[in-house]
This record gives sequence, structure tokens and C-alpha cells, in this order.
Amino acid sequence: MTMFEAILLTVATAATPLLIAALGELVVERSGVLNLGVEGMMVMGAVTGFAVAQYTGSAWLGMFAAILAGAAFSLLFGFLTLTLITNQVATGLALTLLGLGASAMIGESFVGLPGVRMDSLYIQGLTDIPYVGKVLFGQDPIFYISILLTIGVAWFLFRTRAGLTLRAVGDNHTSAHALGVPVVRIRYLAVIFGGACAGLAGAQLSLVYVPQWVENMTSGRGWIALALVVFASWRPWRILAGAYLFGAVTIGQLHAQALGIGVPSQFMSSLPYLATIIVLVLISRNKRLTLMNTPTSLGKPFVPDR
Amino acid sequence: MMRIEIVKRPQHSALFSALSPFIALFLTLIAGAILFSILGKNPISALYSYFVEPLTEVWSIHELLVKAAPLILIAVGLSVCFLSNNWNIGAEGQFIAGGIAGSILPVVFPDFQGWYVLPIMLLLGMAGGMAYATIPAFLKVRFNTNEILTSLMLVYVAQLFLDWLVRGPWRNPQGYNFPETVQFSDSAILPAIWPDSGRAHWGFALAIIAAVVVWFMLSRTLNGFEIKVLGRSSRAGRFAGFSAGRLTFFAFLVSGALAGLAGIAEVSGAVGQLRTSISPGYGFTAIIVAFLGRLNPLGIIAAGLVLALSYLGGEAAQISLGISEKSARIFQGIILFFVLASDSLIYYRIRIVSRLSDTALKGA
Repeated sequence: MTMFEAILLTVATAATPLLIAALGELVVERSGVLNLGVEGMMVMGAVTGFAVAQYTGSAWLGMFAAILAGAAFSLLFGFLTLTLITNQVATGLALTLLGLGASAMIGESFVGLPGVRMDSLYIQGLTDIPYVGKVLFGQDPIFYISILLTIGVAWFLFRTRAGLTLRAVGDNHTSAHALGVPVVRIRYLAVIFGGACAGLAGAQLSLVYVPQWVENMTSGRGWIALALVVFASWRPWRILAGAYLFGAVTIGQLHAQALGIGVPSQFMSSLPYLATIIVLVLISRNKRLTLMNTPTSLGKPFVPDR
Repeated sequence: MMRIEIVKRPQHSALFSALSPFIALFLTLIAGAILFSILGKNPISALYSYFVEPLTEVWSIHELLVKAAPLILIAVGLSVCFLSNNWNIGAEGQFIAGGIAGSILPVVFPDFQGWYVLPIMLLLGMAGGMAYATIPAFLKVRFNTNEILTSLMLVYVAQLFLDWLVRGPWRNPQGYNFPETVQFSDSAILPAIWPDSGRAHWGFALAIIAAVVVWFMLSRTLNGFEIKVLGRSSRAGRFAGFSAGRLTFFAFLVSGALAGLAGIAEVSGAVGQLRTSISPGYGFTAIIVAFLGRLNPLGIIAAGLVLALSYLGGEAAQISLGISEKSARIFQGIILFFVLASDSLIYYRIRIVSRLSDTALKGA
């Protein structure tokens, strides 16, 4: 394996959880709901995935359990914000705080245990192609899911009637409601999809990225995913680009740390967070452009009149 | 089939406005009892050792005040932010920034001693928290950048910076390589209020003062009125001639200063030196405190004591029941959910209707 190939592979591994979580949140926000609980759902996915893989010995079962856990956890947010019409920002924060706390308690007995790693794909002949074989045909299954998910979300949002309806709900829930569109039901489905994606992203962390359980192992990735949605101005392909950019920053700083370039490791580790801030500033500086792209009903409460 | 139906009240309910925190706490206790039963513990005795036992001993009440002080200080500042619709969720970072800035004197100039050391430290702590909170405020006002994400990202940066400081330039040279600074000298220690009976330090008194001052500002001054008007409707505020940008700076500076003060009070009153970690998540728990106190500084005092109790309860439950002390964080998260859900009762009437009667009505 060449150096180039190795770097590409690690960048993809670092980018995949961001990509999946951000795609889920993209669909949620396109439906007009702001769920700040991505970090919490992701960490619940990570701990569930690890636990189930640990007990069953199957990384695949762990992954499915993580998806279910993320979706179930997001329902809590959905019930409060959509049925009880609580403040979305505060409720999302609550979801993150509860997720971090609950996962820490659930995972306490798993700290330090070796995890179950999800096997990478291997196709005789194809995977052995020099330079591109490993990148195209030798990665973990969740990587391929993330790419399919990008295509799927892009197709769904902009090429299907259901996607159009979902965007309409996000842009003007009152008009959509007046047209007979079931606003709340669509938002519930979007929130659950977002939760499932966050759970899958968490499973990638504890089954592929670092197959073990560490408390708070998402370390802000859920928040970076939220920033990616803004960065991508709510478009799926730009999320893909953004996720790989952040993957490159993460891996770049790790390599720089390993080479020992004389900058304290803590400064290098803070680069992804600083990069997030800089990117957000650059993208939101143009107020008109941001306003044009933001789903108009984003974060606004919807009380159906009867 | 059952369905939950929400109907907006013509006027918000004063009754539920006062009751909602208590409903939330009651529901949390029930959820806690269920949780303990699942874990195979007797729910009554578990709840007793969680929420009552810590109050039965004097030293333990001191610990309660030690933990409540930072929570109240931070949450009071956050109430100004949240009321004015500024979502500062990076108080944890401002807390750390205050702890670091306030420690400059005792760590870098340990020979500098006298009565004036402590006031300078507290002021530096406030300045540090303020400066750190200015960043998201500036980015929001100048570049329209989402303050939730920027303030949160800065928490990670502050944690890493503190880690570097105490492992690197500020590490105690005589400290056997532990990642800690020197122990502060006596003149840099925030003294205990009643040193004979326990550790509670003057940080708690500062928290009460801050809560009363901010309560007065919010309820009795034009500035407080401006905060509430702009928070509810930025359009109405603009017509009244209030500036949203100026208010964003004001809210972030107040909450940054209070979080910074909490940071240096914790470092100098409770810890006595800087370490890699100086907070068990006070900055985040304070968000819960602010909402449980219904964003009212006086309510926040009570809410701060409740959340401080949950930390102590977690420690007590670990010792007497063998339940992880991390259960406290689950309790804290659940409280916030119930607070938000019960707050809905203030603005909405909630009806549970069965599909059957619904269709019967339409048929009639």
C-alpha cells in the first residue's frame, strides 16, 4: 500500500461519521426542524453499537442496534418538539446532555475492553489493483453506505415528490398545512431518519474508527456535523465535500503530531474546532446568501390550527 | 387509538408558570424510581440516599454550597443570554478561561502577596471569561455566525489550552511531573465562610449577590425590559429603538464575566491550583439550572441547589448503593426534558382524545 493510498483511506474513515450524521441532520433541517441533539444521538449509537457487538460478536448486529438506538432516542426529541411544541434549541441541548450522561453510565463496564472491528471489504483482484484498489474496493461497509446515502438523500430531496413535499414543509409549514400536507407526521419521519443516521455515525466510531468504547468518544463530531450542514448551505453534495475537508484536517493534524513539528499536540488537536469556526464565519458572512438557503421555517414552532 | 392534541391558550397560564418546575421535579423523581427499579434497587431507599442523605450532615451541606456556587453564577449569566435569544452554550469554555486568567497571579507571580491579590484574581477571572465570550458575540454581530456552534467549539479549544498549560509552561516544577500548577499561597485562596464546619467558600456568597443584582436589573430597569422585548420579538424591539447587536454583546459579556468569576472562584476556593480538568461539566449543567429556574435569577438560586444536590446524590449513591455516580448526569438530563415538557403547559392546553370519540363527534 502506498503512502498516498493510506492517507486517502484514513481521511475517508475520519470523514464518514461526519458525512452520515450531517446527511441525517440535513434532512431534519430541510423539514424545518433544528435538532441540536446530534452529538447525543451519535454517542448513544456508539455505545449501543459497541455493546451489542460485544455481546453477540457481530459488528453488523451492533451497527443495526446503533441505528435503532439513534432513531429511538430521536423520538424523545420528536415527541417534545413536535407534539408538545417545546423550544427546539433547548430540547436538542437536553438530548445531547442526556445522551452523553446515559452513554457514560451504560458504557462504564466497557471501558478498556477490546472491541469488535467491522471487516473491510475484500474482492479478489479488484482490491489488489494498485493505487485505487483499496480505496475503491477495500474499505469498511459503512463507508459504502455513506456514499450511497449521499446519492440517496440528494435524489430523494431534489428528484422525488416526497422530497419536494418535505422541503415545502421546511420552507413554509403554514402553507403546507393549508394544502393538506401532514406537517407533523413528515417532521416526525425526518427526525427519526436523522436519529438513525446519527446512530449509524456513532457505530462507525466504535466499530470501525477506533473499535473500543471511550467516554464522550464523539468529542464534538455531532456539533461539527451540525456546522457542516450550514457550511454546505443545506445541499447533500456539498456536505460530502465538507466532510472530506474536515476529515483531511483531522488526519493532517494527526500526521503533523506524529512527525513532531514542534507545535504542542493540544494546539494541533484544536485545529478541527478552529477550522469549524473559521468555515462558519466565511460561509455566514454573506447574509443574503445564507438567508436564501436556510429553510424558512427552521426552528419555528408549528401549532396546527383545527 | 389515543391522540395528544395541543391547543394554544388565549393567555399564558400563571398557575402552570409557577407550578411547572415542581411538576418537572416530581416527574423526575418518578422516572428516577423507575430507573432504580430497573437497576434492581429499592427505589425508595435509593431516592432517599440520593436526595435526602446528603442533606443530613453538616459537611455535606457545605459541599452542596461548593457545587451550587458555580452553577448559580453561570446560570444567572445564561438567563440574560437566553432571555435575549442569545444561545451561549459555551459557558464551560468561559469558565475555564476565567479560571486560567485568574490564576496568572498565583502561578506566574507566586511571590506577589497581600490582601489585594484575591480581588485582582477575581477581576482577572471575570475579564478572562468576558474576553472569551466576546468571540462568539463578535462573530454573531459582525459576521452573522451561529453563536451556538462557535461558543461550543470554543469549549474544546479552552479545554485543550488548559491541558497544554498545566502539562507545559505552568506545570509545577516540584510536582513530580503531575499535570498541575503550584498550590496557591494563602493570600490567593478564596476563604471558607465557616471554616470550622466545612469547605463552603465565599463563591457561594458571590453567587447570591450576582443573582440578586441580575434579578434587579432584569425586573426593575430599562435594560432588563430591553432584554425581554428583544428576546421575544426582535421586530418590536427594533421599533422601540433597541439595538439587537449591542444587546448581544451585553448578554455575552455578562454571562462570560459570571462564568469566568465562577471559574476562578472554583479554582481558588475549591481546588487551590489549576489541573487538567477543573469542572465536572458545570458550564453545561448550568444550562439545566437556568431552565429549571425559569430564567429567573432568584429561581436559579433554588435550581442551582437542586442540581448541586444531584451531584452529591450521585457520589452518595455510588458509595451506598453501588450505582455509578454517572447516574447523576442521567438525572440532570431527565430534569431538563421534564422542565421543557412542563413549560408547554404554560402556553398550551394538552388534551388526550381518543380517535373514536373524535369520529363520533364528526358523525353527529
